[in-house]
Amino acid sequence: MSSSKRSANQMQRTAAQSTELLQELVAHLRQNRTQLREEWANRITEAQLLTAMTKEELFAEATSVYDNYVEALATGTFEALQSYARNLSERIIPRGVETHEVVGIVLLLRDVLARSLFAKYQGDFTMLNRILDAYEPAANRIANTVAVGFVQERERVIRQQQEAIRELSTPVLQVRERLLILPIIGVIDAQRARQLTEQLLRGIRTNRAKVVVIDITGVAAMDATVANHLVQTVEASRLLGATVIVTGLSPEIAQTIVTIGVDLGKMNTVGDLQGGIEQAERLLGYKVIPVADITSS
Amino acid sequence: MPVLHDILVAIRSDADIVSARQQGRSLAATIGFTATDATLIATAISELARNIVLYAGQGEVMMQGVETAQGKGIVICARDKGPGIRSIDDVLRDGYSTSGGLGLGLPGVRRLMDEFAIESELRQGTVVTVRKWLK
Amino acid sequence: MEVPILKQGRFLIATIQAALSDADLLHLRRALIDKVIQFRSQGVIVDVTALDVMDSFATRTIRDITNMIRLRGADTVIVGIQPEVAFAMVQLGLTMEGVATALDLEEGLAHLQQRATGKT
Repeated sequence: MSSSKRSANQMQRTAAQSTELLQELVAHLRQNRTQLREEWANRITEAQLLTAMTKEELFAEATSVYDNYVEALATGTFEALQSYARNLSERIIPRGVETHEVVGIVLLLRDVLARSLFAKYQGDFTMLNRILDAYEPAANRIANTVAVGFVQERERVIRQQQEAIRELSTPVLQVRERLLILPIIGVIDAQRARQLTEQLLRGIRTNRAKVVVIDITGVAAMDATVANHLVQTVEASRLLGATVIVTGLSPEIAQTIVTIGVDLGKMNTVGDLQGGIEQAERLLGYKVIPVADITSS
Repeated sequence: MPVLHDILVAIRSDADIVSARQQGRSLAATIGFTATDATLIATAISELARNIVLYAGQGEVMMQGVETAQGKGIVICARDKGPGIRSIDDVLRDGYSTSGGLGLGLPGVRRLMDEFAIESELRQGTVVTVRKWLK
Repeated sequence: MEVPILKQGRFLIATIQAALSDADLLHLRRALIDKVIQFRSQGVIVDVTALDVMDSFATRTIRDITNMIRLRGADTVIVGIQPEVAFAMVQLGLTMEGVATALDLEEGLAHLQQRATGKT
């Protein structure tokens, strides 16, 4: 037999052995489920993890995690575990559970199970080594899957919360009948620009606005992508029958808009917000009477 | 990659364009896309399906809901065995999308979606694959 | 599917339903021209409130309708484009330049009345 064929055979044998060993240890973990699970739950409490949960909740979650853990070991596939991890995270993140707690409990489980294997195979050193060789990579992968699932879910929640905050902080204001003002302040990225557009369009429909004043005095700079969004917002508003006046256009932003190929002459622009509102009122048919004239007569 | 839902729509006539985009919108809503995104997806499907009718006569649109490590999303694949596209660079240039609807509208479709890929061979056919992810 | 076209004084109102195929749109184009001629209408409202997607074909056909009706001396206004649809349209690069748009039926009629008065 050539050496490569021999090592291929060896690898095949090792893989088969590994699967066999895993099945043996899965059987052991299932047989001793009740006591191992209890031991683990106790260690979680000792380590003061998951304090946000009641004892009953902890026990219920511990049961699912244990079963999913053993199932992943048994099948060697991790998709189900991934889904479960995401589900679990969705449930516990609102409870205030943190990343170190989730990583902590999974490592504790790995530890509890490893010790159980030690206890069982301590008489047979060779067998113990082989079992641990089969167990370790799988256990590491499980810990990783759960931790990553949790972190991803947490990031998703944070992103959602940030968006909610952004939405709240960008009101579309109705100052007069049929007139909306959208003051934009600060830094806008493409995502926020999109959000603003959606909010504005919905606002136009709800308020039956005929004129919108978009004030960008408070915007320091705009890249081509965002400038494009601004132009698209103007165009989309027109499709809803509203005229848009852009105010507070700095020379730099005007330049960016021209650079992306938009004819500024086609855009309705006014120097400042006040001027923009006055023009809007003219468009709507309101007459602008200076305060002095009203009080004097 | 786990596949959540799988829809195949045969495209032979303009009525199929409507069917494809309605099913696409439904699928998008099931996956969890917002109304706005579902409209973007339906519009992209409409354009892709229309290209099939206009240039190949018939083909199919495949839609799949998928879930990966980065989350859930939709994959749409528009296939035909038509004449193929002579110059992909040309059809992807922006002038085409605003040529009054006579062009293939592909730059526009690319803007609507997160990922866009096109393969085409003369006399063999064209495959356009687009993806959009839940944010 | 036939698009209902109602006569309201000197104007026509065509109300589009959601599942409109290309053939339906072309049929509508024909029907509108015929009716504008038949009733000597001064304006046409195309209500797309129920339309869930406006793609390049729909946009082009609507522009055709507007131009053909203008040849008969009448104005066209498109009303009821949904926010999501408007968003998708501008992303696709469809701006419908040269086509008048209004928020809804009420606004559309006001627009047509203004235009009609302006002419006489």
